[in-house]
Amino acid sequence: MTAVTTTGAAAFLGRYEGLRARLPGARLPWVQALRDQAAEAFRRVGFPTRRMEAWKYTDLTRAVSNSSFGEPLTGVGDTVEVRPSAHPRAVFVDGRFRADLSTLDGVAFTAESLADALPGLEGRLGALARPENEPMAALNGMLFEDGLVVDVPQGVAGGALELLSIATESERAPAFHPRHLVRLGEGASLTLIESATGPLGARYLHNPVFEIEVAAGARLNHGRLQQEGFDGVFLSTVYARVASDAAYDNFTLNAGAKLARNEIHVALVGPKAEAHMNGVQMVADGQHADTTTSLDHAAPDCSSRQTYKTVLAGRSRGVFQGKIHVHQVAQRTDGYQMNQALLLSPEAEIDSKPQLEIYADDVKCSHGATVGELDAEQMFFLRSRGIPETQAKAILVEAFLTEAVEGVADEAIRAALARGVAGWWRRQGLPAGIEVA
Amino acid sequence: MPAVTETLETVQSVTDSGYKWGFETDIEMEFAPKGLNEDIVRFISKKKNEPEWLLEWRLKAFAMWQKMEEPTWAAVKYPPIDYQDAYYYAAPKQKVAPKSLDEVDPELLRTYEKLGIPLKEQAILAGVEGAGETPADSGRMPVAVDAVFDSVSVATTFKARLEKEGIIFCSISEAVQNHPDLVREYLGSVVPQGDNFFAALNSAVFTDGSFVYIPKGVRCPMELSTYFRINAKSTGQFERTLIIADAGSYVSYLEGCTAPMRDENQLHAAVVELVALDDATIKYSTVQNWYPGDAEGRGGIYNFVTKRGACRGARSKISWTQVETGSAITWKYPSCILQGDDSVGEFYSVAITNNYQQADTGTKMFHIGKNTRSTIVSKGISAGRGQNTYRGLVRIGPKAHGARNFTQCDSLLIGDQCGAHTVPYIENRCMTAKVEHEATTSRIAEDQLFYCRQRGLNEEEAVGMIVNGFAREVLKELPMEFAVEAQKLLQISLEGSVG
Repeated sequence: MTAVTTTGAAAFLGRYEGLRARLPGARLPWVQALRDQAAEAFRRVGFPTRRMEAWKYTDLTRAVSNSSFGEPLTGVGDTVEVRPSAHPRAVFVDGRFRADLSTLDGVAFTAESLADALPGLEGRLGALARPENEPMAALNGMLFEDGLVVDVPQGVAGGALELLSIATESERAPAFHPRHLVRLGEGASLTLIESATGPLGARYLHNPVFEIEVAAGARLNHGRLQQEGFDGVFLSTVYARVASDAAYDNFTLNAGAKLARNEIHVALVGPKAEAHMNGVQMVADGQHADTTTSLDHAAPDCSSRQTYKTVLAGRSRGVFQGKIHVHQVAQRTDGYQMNQALLLSPEAEIDSKPQLEIYADDVKCSHGATVGELDAEQMFFLRSRGIPETQAKAILVEAFLTEAVEGVADEAIRAALARGVAGWWRRQGLPAGIEVA
Repeated sequence: MPAVTETLETVQSVTDSGYKWGFETDIEMEFAPKGLNEDIVRFISKKKNEPEWLLEWRLKAFAMWQKMEEPTWAAVKYPPIDYQDAYYYAAPKQKVAPKSLDEVDPELLRTYEKLGIPLKEQAILAGVEGAGETPADSGRMPVAVDAVFDSVSVATTFKARLEKEGIIFCSISEAVQNHPDLVREYLGSVVPQGDNFFAALNSAVFTDGSFVYIPKGVRCPMELSTYFRINAKSTGQFERTLIIADAGSYVSYLEGCTAPMRDENQLHAAVVELVALDDATIKYSTVQNWYPGDAEGRGGIYNFVTKRGACRGARSKISWTQVETGSAITWKYPSCILQGDDSVGEFYSVAITNNYQQADTGTKMFHIGKNTRSTIVSKGISAGRGQNTYRGLVRIGPKAHGARNFTQCDSLLIGDQCGAHTVPYIENRCMTAKVEHEATTSRIAEDQLFYCRQRGLNEEEAVGMIVNGFAREVLKELPMEFAVEAQKLLQISLEGSVG
């Protein structure tokens, strides 16, 4: 097999032309139609540029648009080892499902490879993704090969499920675009712990798209630990649709990758639906991290809570964009959003754009944003009690992050998160093992 | 002058993109054939007997404008076909004026009545043919100012007083003739010709506006207002204002009128430039109450204004206060470039949209110098089918150590057909800077209304009182005589939005 390298949007389009007949679902007309639509959207717009309002602060030029990526090889990663887990787990290597590494026996719901499940997904795949709005979702729609399909039947308490994505070392700089579908039936529940990692020094593009449907009265806890390798690029788009009396709880740790974007679109479509979206971005020297959320209040009596915290060290850049859109029918909406950034370095930059768009009058909506450095008085207080500077810093940063973390209800997610944060600290040369919440 | 360069670079960095759409349109000028071209620009310049450098300056602006596209990023909608109409209205020439008050929109007259404006004044404000032609009425003195400063002669007296202090306060055309060096040094130094589509258009064809220069160490003894200036009337839709406060000086400038003015110019593309040198303070207050169109959203002014101040000196301060109740569409972002160390920028705004009005307004604060501080307080009120957007930018540069910003944006919704939007941008590149932003959106609480109603106020009065309370933080920044009028105005603007 010869290596195929590509640069820019045209190269990806070229690759699609070449692979079109061989991609999963090539013989299913509806899959082909979806791919073609996505390709058309991607052809029109190409990679996002900073001239697009939604990408004003995140520049893909160097890391993605002008870089070349190859296809992931099949059969790599046989040597990949995964640490044992207490939970059932689905493992993906370079975007492809690995049954041999996964442990899905005995779960009370269905979890299978998208490539296998494809024939039965008509009307479901692509129901929420909007390739015409989001160029990265278009790229995914054009080239997706695999993903995880989860179905939790009505009334079933699904427990916890891990979704582990591992990138391998490869000179081909693979680009992979998994599409994950998660559906919870009425009154069902699930804790999904998603984790993305890759080796240091490996260049790759991980471009996952999630389509999540939470039916009436169901509850999904979605924990996301983004700890990609520092030369990796992570651009993810989550679409979630939440029905009446249902809840979607998303917590994201955005800590790895050279360039990472965590884009979440949640639509509350039934009365009394709830969304909790929390996140921590920990950005170190040479990194760029972006969290972009949009929350659609499309039904009355819904509530949403968002708390995002960004800590920046070294020469780094953090971005937060968050939009709350309240439709005219969404009376008695309760929407709250807070984003805060802490700068630990004079070379760090933070850009923040909270946004309210409100068309209903009986609402309570607010957002807040703060940006600053560590409080000098608080530092002095700790130092004067004999706590060394690095330790004092760590304590104050921990306190800063607590608010976003304490909203995470699920124990399993909190434990995974604490490990992720500790890892970040170690890399900063600060005292390891700091416990968050 | 490096300070100027810095202002321009700052401006350049924010105006690089985002303007889309080109259009061609004819502008009917009173004194020139249809269409806007270089000849028209030359014509205006010649008519105003301008020096060669200013003509070149205008032509450069025109060349830039031709290459630009009109901005579409603001959350305002206006059909292109109406826009073409607006351009025809934009001619400085008066279209058919109403022959008598009977022909004027009765809603407008009712508003005048509420404000207690005598019939004669009403006729002038409504632009009734021949109404302002008696000598005593020239200068279009609106009643708000009239009530305080009795007549034109008073204004003249004030002018003498200002001259004694060395203050220059005249039309910009006069300033070009009499103080060319000052104009040349500062014109376009805060809002360059190519700043944006409307500013470029203004730079090419501006016909008049105000010029103020406050000498070193002088505290201007009175509030300056365009209405003191006899020749201020009919400055047209392309107004250009330039205010320079030299080191250690202070000036408070009022712009606007509390009575709704019926204006035949549908497009207003004004430019206001402020320059504050060391220790100088400029306070700029606006009450904007142009014709908002009727209850069905027909007609009304398109108010596309570029206002920007440069705090060039250390410890200088520029404070913008605006009460925006008029215009069909408002597109306006009074900004501060905080270059001088310890300089201060302020923005206090109340914007009301009722019926079909749309407002996209806010501010930009550029923190460049050390310990620069800015405060933003914005109160948006939407009623009827109005759409109200706060759009603001706080940018902290890498050298703005110890910079500080506080922003508070509140929106109030009255009725379920209107919209309130908040779009702040925060960009921080300095570790020691501190930025805080808060925004809330809600409607008038039932218990507040109940409380007022229970004490015998009718619903409209109750809403008026609550809205005034909501906007109090901003209204208290207005000079006294304006504040009283502005309160009344808020109430009138919201009529018909309840019950």
